[in-house]
Amino acid sequence: MTAKIPITVSVNGENHAAEVEPRLLLADFLRENLDLTGTHVGCEHGICGACTVLMNGDSVRSCLTFAVQADGTKIETVESLGDIDALGPLQEAFREKHALQCGFCTPGMLMTATDMLRKYRLETDDDIRDGLSGNICRCTGYQNIVAAVRSAADKRDAK
Amino acid sequence: MKPAPFDYVRASTVDEAVAALAASNGEAKVLAGGQSLVPMLNFRIVDTPIFVDINGIQDLDRIEETTDGGLRIGALARHFALETSDLVKDRFPVLHEAMKHVAHLAIRNRGTIGGSLSHADPAAELPTMAVLLDAKIITARASGGREIAAADFFVAPLTTTLEPDEIIVAVELPGLATGTGWGFEEFAQRRGDFAVAGVSAIVSMDGKSVTESRIALMGLHDTPVRAHAAEAALLDDGIDAAAAAARLDAEPMNDLHGSADYRRHLAEVLTRRVLTAAMERAAR
Repeated sequence: MTAKIPITVSVNGENHAAEVEPRLLLADFLRENLDLTGTHVGCEHGICGACTVLMNGDSVRSCLTFAVQADGTKIETVESLGDIDALGPLQEAFREKHALQCGFCTPGMLMTATDMLRKYRLETDDDIRDGLSGNICRCTGYQNIVAAVRSAADKRDAK
Repeated sequence: MKPAPFDYVRASTVDEAVAALAASNGEAKVLAGGQSLVPMLNFRIVDTPIFVDINGIQDLDRIEETTDGGLRIGALARHFALETSDLVKDRFPVLHEAMKHVAHLAIRNRGTIGGSLSHADPAAELPTMAVLLDAKIITARASGGREIAAADFFVAPLTTTLEPDEIIVAVELPGLATGTGWGFEEFAQRRGDFAVAGVSAIVSMDGKSVTESRIALMGLHDTPVRAHAAEAALLDDGIDAAAAAARLDAEPMNDLHGSADYRRHLAEVLTRRVLTAAMERAAR
């Protein structure tokens, strides 16, 4: 058995201290240890994008990051974007454009789009499609997801 | 799908990292961005008992100018940093273009140049850029580091000349002559996927004639390679001859994403496109 390692992680603004096995994936730490089940686990090898979270403001695959590597970092999950009574602007755009069907991919889409909207101008819808190409939607609802991100980008630019 | 248990060592200097690797008798591996390694751990394709995490080493991610007009890129430089670096865009526009094709944002935020070169996927952009741009790969070991020419670095798919206790610390790209033209093209099923095939080139010209060229093929051999026959054909007989030579030079695989014949076809078409672009961009 390998030694557990103490970590302290800020998740959605709240500090959490824990002792974890080095092999514990960040995705499992969030879901199992902290009960933040908004982060979804799909393929567990970095292809589907459902587990995307922000680490120090950058989107990362939480299935390709170990919890020990999140020590001292600031993690933001989909739960940080808003809640059912007060949706964040991107969540609002997803609702308005009907950008989800089953909702499994949605947390990853939202966190990826959050990072894209901060880092890229997204002038064309093709830029949005390229940016979302690492997130798989099994309901194939891509048209409406692109429309939602377009709407959020336009609102961002109108400010 | 969870990784098997392993021991975890955090290195805060290169010396600590190579000491930990040396002490493990070949059992430890380096954990950098983890974007190729962790999938293999989750699948348990890789069974490594000790990982040395180098993410905490300060200053190993710098992108610095060198006096010959080139760049020295620290092993921990993330793909996103290369994609958005003005120095890269200015000095190596072909690399700037290639970075647009590297994986997806969340992967680019974590993946490192040292990791991509060590992983040595023959269809990946950074190993190909190392070969095209005559990179020198600077390594460290407890027993002393060395410089390895990119042409000697890649041995086979996922195999390099790195020793088990050796790590990449930096990649040096020698400067290009002013007015060097360039071209980069790849075909992939989706933006960010590994290339089915790709070709890149840099070209120097004097008037209408090409004086020097380098052409690199990606996903067309079991390592990224220079297409020397195509380079010679370009000097003697022009673009069409070079494209035909690249097709003959390719030794691609059949797989789900494309047949070997289709990849040979891509080698020819993409070589024609990159050379046309490179010659247009070259200063006369």
